[in-house]
Amino acid sequence: MQFIHSEEQQLIRATARGFLAAYDPARVRAAMRAPGGFDADLWQQLSGELGWCGLAVPEAYGGAGLGWVELCLLQEEQGRRLVASPFFGTVALAAPLIQAAGTEAQRAGWLKRIASGGVRIACALSGEQGHPPPQGAAVTLDTHTGRFVLNGVSDFVIHAEGADAFLVLARGPQAGALSLVVLPASTRGITLEPHVMLDLTRPMARLSFQDAPVAAEQVLGAPGAAAAAAERGLNLALIALAAEALGGAERVLEMTTEYVKQRVQFGRPVGSFQAVKHRLADMMVQVEAAKSAAWYAACVADEASEELAEAAAIAKSYCCDAFFDCAANAIQLHGGIGFTWEHEAHLYFKRARASATLLGSPAWQRERLMRVLGADAAAAPVY
Amino acid sequence: MKLGFTPAEERFRDEAASWLRGQLAGPFRDLRGETSMSGRLERRMQWERALGAARFSCIGWPQEFGGRGATLAEQVIFAEEYARAGAPGRIGHMGVELAGPTILTFGTAAQKARFLPPIARGEEFWCQGYSEPNAGSDLANVRTRAVLTDAPGGREWVLNGQKIWTSLAQFADWAFVVCRTEEGSQGHRGLSYLLVPMRQSGVTVRPIRQMTGEAEFNETFFADARTAADNVVGAAGDGWRIAMGTLAFERGVSTLGQQMSFRNELGAIMQAARANGLLADPLIRQRLAHAHIGLKLMRYSALRMLASAEAGRLSNEAYTYKIFWATWRKKLGELALDVLGPRGEIASAPPYEWALLPSVFLASRADTIYGGTNQIQRNIIAERALGLPREPRGS
Repeated sequence: MQFIHSEEQQLIRATARGFLAAYDPARVRAAMRAPGGFDADLWQQLSGELGWCGLAVPEAYGGAGLGWVELCLLQEEQGRRLVASPFFGTVALAAPLIQAAGTEAQRAGWLKRIASGGVRIACALSGEQGHPPPQGAAVTLDTHTGRFVLNGVSDFVIHAEGADAFLVLARGPQAGALSLVVLPASTRGITLEPHVMLDLTRPMARLSFQDAPVAAEQVLGAPGAAAAAAERGLNLALIALAAEALGGAERVLEMTTEYVKQRVQFGRPVGSFQAVKHRLADMMVQVEAAKSAAWYAACVADEASEELAEAAAIAKSYCCDAFFDCAANAIQLHGGIGFTWEHEAHLYFKRARASATLLGSPAWQRERLMRVLGADAAAAPVY
Repeated sequence: MKLGFTPAEERFRDEAASWLRGQLAGPFRDLRGETSMSGRLERRMQWERALGAARFSCIGWPQEFGGRGATLAEQVIFAEEYARAGAPGRIGHMGVELAGPTILTFGTAAQKARFLPPIARGEEFWCQGYSEPNAGSDLANVRTRAVLTDAPGGREWVLNGQKIWTSLAQFADWAFVVCRTEEGSQGHRGLSYLLVPMRQSGVTVRPIRQMTGEAEFNETFFADARTAADNVVGAAGDGWRIAMGTLAFERGVSTLGQQMSFRNELGAIMQAARANGLLADPLIRQRLAHAHIGLKLMRYSALRMLASAEAGRLSNEAYTYKIFWATWRKKLGELALDVLGPRGEIASAPPYEWALLPSVFLASRADTIYGGTNQIQRNIIAERALGLPREPRGS
């Protein structure tokens, strides 16, 4: 039992924090306006010389062979800085789906490219209503004159603009089955319409598929056999997203603590009033519990798979709720300045809200948790 | 970062679990699942002695004082197995978790030799003399006085004053008492930490009935009560530091295993919800899920505290653990009554006996008060962990 980050892991965190120290809110805002909504220079650095994209990719595929614990440290540090980058979509979402669903050849092909930073992959997982995957998958994989084609609409695709490839969670080809398909973004029959989203740091787009052709080798694993792999890959992604939310929550707590120490009203720092300090204490209680949730889940991802769905649901729901509460408190405790466009509090608040929605809301995760525990609507969990 | 216990620790778990199961299926089966804080005292004192005889009472203490020198991991494992087995609440808790560790850390060799073995054997029981009518959250405001006096058998402390909320004082043999030993001193200066025998004519104990209907705590009056001059832990005047040390123990290892008994309580709520159909109610399902998440987070946080302590690192979660579990359990009690519905408000027996879940509802109201109220906890978190300015003090 060593539920504490090792020296090596702390070094990874410190290095990431040092590197991102220069990534200030001005750069977040620049990234929001940049083509594709991300900081191309930063992506170049972290995917290139820093090797972040390959950190959790097995060595056989050109990665560093480290685990989800280490990857989640990078997620936390990026969450602290609201980094706008395709890292999460490519490395924490697409990669584990490919790793879980792909054949050896497909894994070797795609994971090598991901590890080297040579590819950005956007995942099309939900339909127009944005219901969480895998149940929310809406695109269909059909057989058309002996060849596979994709049809339908997938919405809320993060970092779709500028992606080199799309990973599509599709229904079919058999009734009730799920498939995962990776295909180049330039494939004909795919139309992309970007949205302006609440959270400007994580752009999303709607993808329409009209008889988009799919070569047999673009279907990951056996056609129609992706359900279990999708489940595993999505759980890993939820854990990485929870880690990112934890980083954001921790950062807004720090920001707000600093602010109430220096803001003086009634002749004393506002942080000396219990009405203020008790809110900050509650934020810290949530942040500490969120650390436990996210770190435990990351450990589970690396070792004990039977707890994976439970730990992922707990981490996603708790960390996203905590981030939202902390970001909302940050606005309140900053007063008027916290409500301005100029201050970064709203950027965290919006990221918090959008992260909570992404891949299934906290309430949805809690309902999923009840089912994971064995409690469908008619039966109590075995406790 | 690594989860799971070592094979040696798992062997210890098996040993502890099998002993506990054997006892609670055999000679102590009548105590299995006992939920009251102070009911059936005689039997529970026997249980404490059985724990002592098997060296399962104070496993973290050195062997010479009746312990096993167990690691923190083993202490957590034992606490988990203790609750899993449905063993009764420890009425020896004040000695085992508070007085003992304080004496172990701050006491003299003679004090350790005199006081620790009888605690570990379940032969001497303790109570805590901290709070007074005007010293609750403001503990430094204690008024109970002690004066060193010449007596035929040697010098003695003579105590006068009143303590309150002294849990289990009615059968305690000893009390650890924070009192003022410097005339005219104020606040946390001039306090001493005395060990005082309870069975003497200068000590009067009056039970206070709680909102649960039980009378687990008391008022304790000292009127020329006496204790030997040696029975001071640390130096005279150093009582505040020692008392704060005891509170740290209260927030430490002793809380790590408690989520197993909380798990039993949540399990009973899940069962009740299934039995009466409320498990199909989406709002109840959300609250059950929240409760399960909180329970798991307590476990994860306990494991973090354990790992940090073993690595000798300062751990922030230690500041937040008390308010987290206390708030969680209070909500659990409310959920319990919502799941039980109107039948949950019918007592199980006169005069005012309650089944497990209504007991949780009632008893949990104290969780956010004792050992530092939620409001005091928030001050501590804000001032010590976040470094916010201190609360202005009245004169």
